[in-house]
Amino acid sequence: MLHQIIQATIGGLMIGAAAAWLLLIQGKIAGVSGILGGVVRGQPGAWRWSFLGGLIAAGIIARLVGVTASPQLGAEGLFVLVIGGFLVGLGTRMGNGCTSGHGVCGLGNLSPRSAVAVATFMATGALTVFVLRHLVSWS
Amino acid sequence: MIRTLSPFLLGLLFGAGLVISGMTDPARVIGFLDVAGAWNPSLAFVMGGAIAVSLPAFARARSRPTSLLGGPIGLPDRRRIDTPLVAGAALFGIGWGLSGICPGPALVLLGQDPLEIYAFLASLILGSFVADRISASGTPIAAEPLRGKA
Repeated sequence: MLHQIIQATIGGLMIGAAAAWLLLIQGKIAGVSGILGGVVRGQPGAWRWSFLGGLIAAGIIARLVGVTASPQLGAEGLFVLVIGGFLVGLGTRMGNGCTSGHGVCGLGNLSPRSAVAVATFMATGALTVFVLRHLVSWS
Repeated sequence: MIRTLSPFLLGLLFGAGLVISGMTDPARVIGFLDVAGAWNPSLAFVMGGAIAVSLPAFARARSRPTSLLGGPIGLPDRRRIDTPLVAGAALFGIGWGLSGICPGPALVLLGQDPLEIYAFLASLILGSFVADRISASGTPIAAEPLRGKA
């Protein structure tokens, strides 16, 4: 557990540093759902492609050094994964942000909107896992 | 050049942070959300660590007229807590709880190339376009575009 907490803190500092520099150098918010939303809608801005390319490259490098994707991915079946993806896309577009935009950037910007969003998605996320793990208990 | 290259390097740093922190592991994410079970609180430190850095950066950005590259800093300036915000965040949380994947890790996982991630990302993008349709239909659940402070 301590090991995971140290990893989480180091990873978090890296994520925060990337968001901080994107803001100060480029003047942009490191909200991944918003950046992805801009790319798939053909909005101008090469920086969007570049940032998303960096995220994908991190995954490629991870795989090259032997960090493969968790076998847990899609363990509940493809149907649950696809429904989950749909709701993530719908909800982040509607609510204007995800874990990075509202969590890392919005809370960093002391935004009350983001505080409400983070509290809400944490609560419904926990509730969903509660229902699936402890009420339906198929996994 | 720097305008295009620096976001790539920052995306790389962001993505590496997601991998190291455990955010790209759906099992760890679901363990974090499983407060009534074998709760694994370690992922709270991801947001804690990230905000420890982003907080001073945003304070700094608010007092600067432009970014280091000379462009405007696009600080969100909306304050209103409305239905789309809460409904959207609620739906996102359900999707996150079902899959254990949020948008940043989804793109890192695309690089790690498990087959399932293509299905996840395709339905994520479809869901975002459905949100646009709902928004365009004029129901109260309509998201305003982000406005930058010029």
